[in-house]
Amino acid sequence: MADKDQITPDARHSRGAEPGGDGATVYRIAGALTIIRAATTAREIDALADPLTIDLSEITKMDTVGAWIIYRTVRDRGAKVVGASSAEASLLEQVAEADRPVKVHPDSPGGLIRVLDELGIWVSELGKTFVGLLGFLGATLVGFANLVRRPKRFRINAIVQRFDVVGVRALGIIGLMSFLIGVVVGQQGAVQLEQFGAEIYTINLIGRITIRELGTLMTAIMVAGRSGSAFAAQIGTMKITEEIDAMRTIGVSPVEALVIPRMLATVVMMPLLAFYAMVMSLLGGGIFVWLVLDIPPLTYVQRLQEVVPVTDLWIGLIKAPVFGFIIALAGCFQGMLVEGNSEEVGMRTTNAVVQSIFLVIVLDAVFAVFFSSIGWR
Amino acid sequence: MKDEPIIKVRGLRNSFGEQVIHENLDIDVRRGEILGVVGGSGTGKSVLMRSIIGLQRPDSGEIEVLGENMIDRSEDEAKNIRRRWGILFQNGALFSTLTVAENVEVPIHEYFPYLKPPLLDEIASYKIAMSGLTPDAGPKYPSELSGGMRKRAGLARALALDPELLFLDEPTAGLDPIAAAAFDELIKSLHGRLELTVFLITHDLDTLHTICDRVAVLADKKVVAVGTIPELMSLDHPWIQEYFNGPRGRAAAVSHEEPVKA
Repeated sequence: MADKDQITPDARHSRGAEPGGDGATVYRIAGALTIIRAATTAREIDALADPLTIDLSEITKMDTVGAWIIYRTVRDRGAKVVGASSAEASLLEQVAEADRPVKVHPDSPGGLIRVLDELGIWVSELGKTFVGLLGFLGATLVGFANLVRRPKRFRINAIVQRFDVVGVRALGIIGLMSFLIGVVVGQQGAVQLEQFGAEIYTINLIGRITIRELGTLMTAIMVAGRSGSAFAAQIGTMKITEEIDAMRTIGVSPVEALVIPRMLATVVMMPLLAFYAMVMSLLGGGIFVWLVLDIPPLTYVQRLQEVVPVTDLWIGLIKAPVFGFIIALAGCFQGMLVEGNSEEVGMRTTNAVVQSIFLVIVLDAVFAVFFSSIGWR
Repeated sequence: MKDEPIIKVRGLRNSFGEQVIHENLDIDVRRGEILGVVGGSGTGKSVLMRSIIGLQRPDSGEIEVLGENMIDRSEDEAKNIRRRWGILFQNGALFSTLTVAENVEVPIHEYFPYLKPPLLDEIASYKIAMSGLTPDAGPKYPSELSGGMRKRAGLARALALDPELLFLDEPTAGLDPIAAAAFDELIKSLHGRLELTVFLITHDLDTLHTICDRVAVLADKKVVAVGTIPELMSLDHPWIQEYFNGPRGRAAAVSHEEPVKA
């Protein structure tokens, strides 16, 4: 191809573009025609008028990007190429062979269609997630039933290990958080109540709000952030690395091996952690009122006994395992939904935390209404 | 300059804790050749490649690539050398959140950010076609590709900057024989046309016979021999004999019509 094109006689030696003998513009390239000069060369060629002749005789080096720019000028504008060496001609041939209509970007419709498209996908995803969640809940319950019938399959080691990770290792952070919440509630309460000379009611405030609401709620939020996210990430990564498929083929049920230990651990640990959080909050509040309001610890404990009904404790402790169940369910379910790539693990982990915290707060509101209406005020 | 090796390794030592992988290892890769690197599992073929491309800092030794010392270079200096090579990792190592076409565009965009998107897309599309992928592969994500397609997409990305030097880590592992033979042919034709130098780690005897100019054998923590396959077969190193004159080695040699030493 190159040799027969090399007949054009009007290739004079100078750089850049010049008028050719037969009215054609001659574009002469000297030096290296590589990707480094690709943008400039493409711009210069685009600026020239047809008919165009490209002179490659002074090129010292050409790569496929350079060849592509020459080739597409030949293809689109019928330009003539002169002075190509055999190596350059072979490169030109090669990019010509690779000129196939390759789709680079996925199809994406524009405007209103796209909005409707996304809305449709969102709604159907929502539906699928809901159905999937029900299915997952069912599979978990069946798994529990199987374990109850065949208690030998109970993975005691896995569960004890989860107890440690979910419960024992959370003691430090939950204790500190609850202690500070006790202090903050006491401090804010004292500032307001002092105006009426009713500082003593700070104790009512601390006692009732931490035992009835904050102890359990804050613990649930902490467990969702600590353990719910970890469940989703662990199970999601295991799905990507095909560990879950491997388990299935060996005959180990992923629900029994992965989901149930995590679920049991959160359900059992949540009330314990919540109780611990309540105690720590009371401790924080007690130290605050002792140091700032000069109420001695004995008076504080006595007053707590008088003003906090035991039903408050029941309310806090009844909510805890339910919240734990929701957190583990959301975490494990989102983990199982992971498919494809590593970005999905991150997305599902975020979803697990957001969903579980949201559901916990919704349920907390439902519980508040329920317990008030049965007279546990 | 032409006769200088494109990769020159001298006295390389690599170890992980107590375990010494390489001890006093020397290897040269000549400009324009396809050098096959073979060795049993755990002899440090991938570690050697990782040391050469700067992903693994060796304990001691000299490494020169394209005439430049590679050890303890600053990131900016290393970048100029990195632009001149392409690497195909064992499993493709495609960026999983980008499409195939976007994967190919990553290195181009990194080094030539001023290239306009239409030209960038055109470059990506001919690279994809050149690597033997089907035209509909461009907008697909790596998780939607088969193993063979993933390797080709990885190759397209490795070739994105028209490298002088190509590193391939077991390019035919996990491919069916037909796909493996096609991949060998692809490497061979690209090598012929793009004036590539290829550093090829493989276990595939057919690949060695079909496309390698020379073969380097890693054993006993160093390169025990480098040469053409007939040259290697005449040596009496036990591992080399086992490898090339074992049942599989003989079968591959017979099918490529090379003399088998009895």
